[in-house]
Amino acid sequence: MTLTATTRSSMVTRIIPDVLFDVRRPQRLIERSVMVYRRSPMVIFSGFFEPLFYLLSMRVGLSSLIGDVEVGGRLVPYAEFVAPGLMASAAMNGAVFDSTMNVFHKWKHARLYDSLLATPLSAGDVAVGEIGFAVLRGVLYSGAFLVTMLALAMVQSPWMILSLPACALIGSAFAAMGMACTTFMRSWADFEYVPAVTLPLFLFSATFYPVSSYGDWSWVLQLSPLYHGVALVRAANLGEFSIGVLGHLAVLVSVTVIGVAVTARRIETLLLK
Amino acid sequence: MAEPLIEARSLVKRFDSFVAVDGIDIDVQPGEAFGFLGPNGAGKTSTMRMIGCVSPVSAGSLTIFGLDPRLDGRDIRSRIGVVPQMDQLDAELTVEENLIIYARYFDIKKGEARRRTSDLLDFVQLTEKAGDKVDHLSGGQKRRVSIARSLISEPELLLLDEPTTGLDPQARHVLWDRLYRLKERGATLVLTTHFMDEAEQLCDRLVVMDRGKIVAEGSPRSLISQYSTREVLEMRFGRDRNKEHLDEVEAVGERVEVLPDRLLVYAADGEGVLATLRERNVVPDSALVRRSSLEDVFLRLTGRSLAD
Repeated sequence: MTLTATTRSSMVTRIIPDVLFDVRRPQRLIERSVMVYRRSPMVIFSGFFEPLFYLLSMRVGLSSLIGDVEVGGRLVPYAEFVAPGLMASAAMNGAVFDSTMNVFHKWKHARLYDSLLATPLSAGDVAVGEIGFAVLRGVLYSGAFLVTMLALAMVQSPWMILSLPACALIGSAFAAMGMACTTFMRSWADFEYVPAVTLPLFLFSATFYPVSSYGDWSWVLQLSPLYHGVALVRAANLGEFSIGVLGHLAVLVSVTVIGVAVTARRIETLLLK
Repeated sequence: MAEPLIEARSLVKRFDSFVAVDGIDIDVQPGEAFGFLGPNGAGKTSTMRMIGCVSPVSAGSLTIFGLDPRLDGRDIRSRIGVVPQMDQLDAELTVEENLIIYARYFDIKKGEARRRTSDLLDFVQLTEKAGDKVDHLSGGQKRRVSIARSLISEPELLLLDEPTTGLDPQARHVLWDRLYRLKERGATLVLTTHFMDEAEQLCDRLVVMDRGKIVAEGSPRSLISQYSTREVLEMRFGRDRNKEHLDEVEAVGERVEVLPDRLLVYAADGEGVLATLRERNVVPDSALVRRSSLEDVFLRLTGRSLAD
């Protein structure tokens, strides 16, 4: 079947809603967040200490107890196995924190988005801009991890530099999902569910032990976006990329697009009524 | 006459089954100060939100600068300034930063944004508060920041939704003074209010809205002369006794309204009516003669007072 230009464009808008084609100045929201955090940088920098303590505890304690782990046919010390998992989780945590609690406050209490939508900014700008800043936050935390890993000589390959774009993608997927879910939250009590989702993801995304340990249940891993992120960072650390990388990328990109689209639509229906 | 800045025909806003705006026609000319006067729930804010392109039109037609909000919302919003009913200032930023970042939402360059910010803070007399967090300001100061912020993009049209609600009299007068200066500079103002004195002070022309419909239209003065008398005599006879003298009062006044706490007698000469009543042994506990206001127009048109 051949597609004419018009049917193709209508198919595109069926998959990706119109609001996403009306994104022009999302960077203005990032500019605003930078303005806010410029005054209290410690709020962000406190996120740097977490990786340091985690990695030290893994390296000093667990590594000596556990020994080497086989990844992709290669044996690596446990601390170096687990570090990429923690780095990917840092991207998730930074992005989720910013896109849930912080967004909820700005949405319901500060009524920030109401005033933004009265300017030339659109619902799509608000969604992409806020998610964008959450991603930056996630990448900053991941970057702290990378620096710590380098300092502790835990980086296996120069390809590890690719872990940063991988973490940006992890951050995008989780920030987009986080903000989309936040638009459905009614009160602060609903945020109890956030760790109920992120904690199991953190623990069971092949973060702490390899896929082989999951046995017959390894297919469940496919459902965790974090698993796909961990797999990407781990591949970057080893400098070994298989065709499976494309699958991981596709999952994270899809989650991002769906999350951004849902968020923008929710902003339209809730605030532009 | 120039092409109207805002033109609405049979404009309707529905929320599910509730009709907030029920088929109104409006024309606002450039340079005009145009008001929507009405009680809460009359449909003023819904109309303002449609004009501000943050609420879709349910039926009828609406154009702003000759553009359609459905298609050109972003372009229209870039040419208007909005002062919302509740101040929606950015509490995480200072007064100055609020204005600068708002300018950035309109794609104004940073240097220009700073220059305009300092001019506008001067205009609203808040220069010394530039570095303060907005939370620390009084209600009147916050409202002035909102006005300064709405002017940062040098809008062709300014929308003010109940600009002085919740402010003390002194703060209201400061604000009116600033709005009056904007008017003198030729800005087009569209405002909603349920204060008749505000409408009389600021509006060249206004529509009176009630339950989603326009019930009267004109300049404050023409509305008063059309729907009321020159003067009003207010009389109190004490609780529950206001109706006792209704027949005698109706015989001398042009029209009488009975409110729970007082009688309003509409007449060209209020003192004359009072003197006649006294001669006929109708002596109120207290009496006051005043000029007619838009409040009286509203009462005449809807049978209710604006404060209800």
